[in-house]
Amino acid sequence: MPELWIDLLTVLDGTARLAAPLILCAMAGLVSERSGIVDIGLEGKLLAGAFAAAAVATLTGSPWAGLAAALAASVMLALVHGFACITHRGEQIVSGVAVNILALGMTVVVANALFRHGGHTPALGAGERFSPIALPFAESLIGIPLLGPLYAELVSGHNLLVYAAFLSVLLVWWLLWRTRFGLRLRAAGELPEAVDSAGVSVSALRYRGILIAGLLCGLAGAYLSIAHGAGFVREMSAGKGFLALAALIFGRWKPLPVLFACLLFGLLDTVAPRLQGMELPLIGPAPVALVSVLPYAMTVVLLAGFFGRAIPPRALGRPFVKEH
Amino acid sequence: MTSLPRWLDIGVLPLVNLALALLAAAVVVALVGEDPLDVFAVLLQGAFGPGSLGYTLYYATNFVFTGLAAALAFQARLFNIGAEGQATLGGLGIALACLSLEAVLPGWLVALVAIAGAALFGAAWAVVPGWLQAYRGSHIVITTIMFNFLASGLMVWLLSGPMMRPGQGSPQTRLFDEAVRLPAVHDLVRALGFEAARSPLNLSFLFALIACAAVWVLIWRTKFGYALRAIGHSEEAARYAGIPVRRAVVAAMALSGALAGCMALNEVLGVQHKLVLNFSAGYGFTGIAVALMGRNHPLGILAAGLLFGALFQGGAELNFEFETITHELALVIQGLVILFSGALAYMFTPWLARLLLARSAAHA
Repeated sequence: MPELWIDLLTVLDGTARLAAPLILCAMAGLVSERSGIVDIGLEGKLLAGAFAAAAVATLTGSPWAGLAAALAASVMLALVHGFACITHRGEQIVSGVAVNILALGMTVVVANALFRHGGHTPALGAGERFSPIALPFAESLIGIPLLGPLYAELVSGHNLLVYAAFLSVLLVWWLLWRTRFGLRLRAAGELPEAVDSAGVSVSALRYRGILIAGLLCGLAGAYLSIAHGAGFVREMSAGKGFLALAALIFGRWKPLPVLFACLLFGLLDTVAPRLQGMELPLIGPAPVALVSVLPYAMTVVLLAGFFGRAIPPRALGRPFVKEH
Repeated sequence: MTSLPRWLDIGVLPLVNLALALLAAAVVVALVGEDPLDVFAVLLQGAFGPGSLGYTLYYATNFVFTGLAAALAFQARLFNIGAEGQATLGGLGIALACLSLEAVLPGWLVALVAIAGAALFGAAWAVVPGWLQAYRGSHIVITTIMFNFLASGLMVWLLSGPMMRPGQGSPQTRLFDEAVRLPAVHDLVRALGFEAARSPLNLSFLFALIACAAVWVLIWRTKFGYALRAIGHSEEAARYAGIPVRRAVVAAMALSGALAGCMALNEVLGVQHKLVLNFSAGYGFTGIAVALMGRNHPLGILAAGLLFGALFQGGAELNFEFETITHELALVIQGLVILFSGALAYMFTPWLARLLLARSAAHA
């Protein structure tokens, strides 16, 4: 029994690690899309954040400077998106595609220019990253059956940004559903005309929405390169931004369901490699590659409305034209 | 919204957008510490210098197919950003046709079946998102993104399992028979008695040109093309006019997917002669830039396809000439082109209209 418990805890621990960047990106998407701006540029902001964090952490030796750079890089891309979609009412999808491709090219070009390392940054040392934090009493409580290992293995021992990811869900929920700003932000995504006629600027609200999205993607990027990993590798976001987008839809643009979607996708990602080489009854060798794309298939089915229904914010993707 | 006269919209705006993108890229190059003029000179030299034109045209072939795919869907205001996945499936169609038929049928016939397979498989992978959008209301952008990932997962599974080359550990199929491959242009030219440098350019380039003409006829000379353009202008008006909007959306996606699938003709049947992982290499996304820059017109797409072909081929030269600038600069320029000619399309329109039309307005 205790061994099974430890196995389960290890899987859940891995889930938390893989879900953390998804959670941050999905919350970013949630705030942006609730304000009415489609964000398929999560991937690009994540990648830019990852690169900026690793590059600055390498140059300064400080993970905090790296984190600040990640936030700045991601926010800059968010502002490009905002300038195109909010100020100039451009196509939000096209702008998102541009952000992704721009990030893909820029990170490698600048990485080569700075480090001449084939588009990577040098590996980071221990003091240049966010290392795991042992929560108080984790060691002394480990003897308590079931709960001791749970606390020591699963709750304790993550880096700062994992805790930030889980905290971000609470924060986003509070901000959007418990503050006046949040009410207005959501209104800008549902019925911008009403917000406007109440004398509140839709553009300002949407800009704040994408700024928050930029900050959250920056955190996720820093997590990839200077907390979970130890340096930047080209294309290291590897579709996580899009997976977060899927989680956002799967969770129907609501914080708690989105969190569960991220955890589910993280769990699939943790379990898939363990299935490698395993013989399943009826199926034969486990099709690991197919398991890892299960989240995308589930999102398509949900969007199609065959079970449940995912209804986006009503004004999502629609530029707001103020009447004079 | 100020609208521009046609000659400005087609002739001048793309050039202004390109100039801006190059200017922004030049700033990046300067910040990195190289001379932008040197870099652009190497780019041009690499794209059009001796022996490199074939490579430029080979890249252009990919971009014309994916550009046409994006443009055809754009005509009906559909964002097909799933060209990557559709091209991947097109490759699968080719591989299935070649691997299963080359032992029993003559080569040219297998090649024909493979071409049909590329179009059909690409179309099928686009029809599902199209149908889901038209009949179930799911957003086509999201579904096509998901289908890109589904396609790549499917490919990893097939190429590392059922379709893997026997006795080998790498994720690819065995080579196709010589007889089914599309002939390389340098071989054709040499057969006519002329000298030609080796390049991956093959017969697919001709198919790309034919596709351009076919798309032009389809969009501007057929009832179906009219329906697409009507939907693009106003879906409600199209419905009111009795156009079967849902069926047209599905059909538009099928054709768009078929065009994207045909990109695999160039890569799989023309160059690699086997199915490998990730041969689409982002060319599907480049198609969006090509369509935007070419103003969704086949001639514009041909021009933009050549431009991006030059950019990618010239970009490959950068790796050899500079220590700090690599071919990813082409990606930066591509992103900037999408930004300026797509997302910021409305920024310069009023400005350009005022600047260039002020005089004629004063006369009037």
